[in-house]
Amino acid sequence: MLSQRWIESLVGLFLIFAIITLSMLAFQVSGLMSLFPDKSYAITASFDDIGGLKVRSPVKIGGVQIGEVSQINLDPVSFKAVVKMNIHNQYNDIPDDSSAGIFTSGLLGDNYIAITPMYNTSFLKSGSNIEITNSAMVLEKLIGQFIYSLKNGDSKGDKDAKK
Amino acid sequence: MIDNLAVTGRWGIEQLRQIGKAGIMLGRVLFYPPQVRKGFPLLIQQVYSEGVLSLIIIIVSSLFIGMVLALQGYHTLAKFGASQELGPLVALSIVRELGPVVTAILFAGRAGSAVTAEIGLMKATEQLSSMEMMAVDPIRRVISPRFWGGCISMPLLTIIFNATAIYGAYLVGVKWLGVDAGIFWSNMQSSVEFHADVVNGILKSVVFGIAVTWIAVFQGYTAEPTSAGIANATTRTVVYGSLAVLGLDFVLTAMMIGDW
Repeated sequence: MLSQRWIESLVGLFLIFAIITLSMLAFQVSGLMSLFPDKSYAITASFDDIGGLKVRSPVKIGGVQIGEVSQINLDPVSFKAVVKMNIHNQYNDIPDDSSAGIFTSGLLGDNYIAITPMYNTSFLKSGSNIEITNSAMVLEKLIGQFIYSLKNGDSKGDKDAKK
Repeated sequence: MIDNLAVTGRWGIEQLRQIGKAGIMLGRVLFYPPQVRKGFPLLIQQVYSEGVLSLIIIIVSSLFIGMVLALQGYHTLAKFGASQELGPLVALSIVRELGPVVTAILFAGRAGSAVTAEIGLMKATEQLSSMEMMAVDPIRRVISPRFWGGCISMPLLTIIFNATAIYGAYLVGVKWLGVDAGIFWSNMQSSVEFHADVVNGILKSVVFGIAVTWIAVFQGYTAEPTSAGIANATTRTVVYGSLAVLGLDFVLTAMMIGDW
């Protein structure tokens, strides 16, 4: 049998361990806040429609993840979605005339932001805004447009047939 | 015919008496004023022997459960092209169900049986009666610290189980099968709610802790003071404890989903 002092300190350790894991569960699993963020700088971009983009969705250039979405707000004046992203510090040479688009990985996959670099010699830095943006392709809208165009095509065809 | 009826009736009354005794014992444990100065070291010792010593089995089994869950889930989800939902699948099933239930069953096997055997042996060697002779209440001195020690250890073990199981799933899903780490965590974070999932899971584990340690302590206290009796009591602790956990789990889940 261990001495009482040992037992007490081991139980203390156990308690502290449990409290630390609880905070890890809170932060990492249920996302109350992200713990120890990587060193990064924040840029923003406003989109007409962000589709299913979420906080912590990846930001990619050429398929390589360079950062993640940190915040999504609605601009109260223009009703555009303002997306704030954190880009890792090692990617500090992205031209500031680059464009950002929202894409879907796979047919039903998750949304991510893809940045297409352009040729300017000045670079994006903390707080800068990406001017050129492409909205998310929302599958339902596309299907709606497709069906609409199909119907129009049909009615034209009918008219042609009547003539 | 009448004899059979009488036997059944006697058996029923005996069972009822057992339940009543268990209730009285729980009441005595709960409503006796605790002695802080004397009771606290005893409580710490029990948290040590029920909680800290169960840590190894909990961590190892949770790691493997998380890993297996990720492996199975990944291959099933990949069929539907939905492998990015691996994080939510693993986290929700662990935090809501597997964490509390598996921890409680392991706890019944590891700590509950030890408590029963210890108290049963104390009874068989008449340590409990000699305590009474010395005007030391065995409920206060022996039963109460073991009960509270189990109630404290169970939620803590569940929290650790949850975290290590999710880490195991992360190891298999992200490091081995190649799910993107950001997607794994971001999907998990957007679908797991702290209050509705994590806290309710821990609440479940508190109830399981009370149930398992109550059964363990009672089986030990009422064990027949023979070696066969102690063996029976230990078996009953594990069987009743596991059954109680699974049954209570259904009731609690129904209550939690139904917004009580």
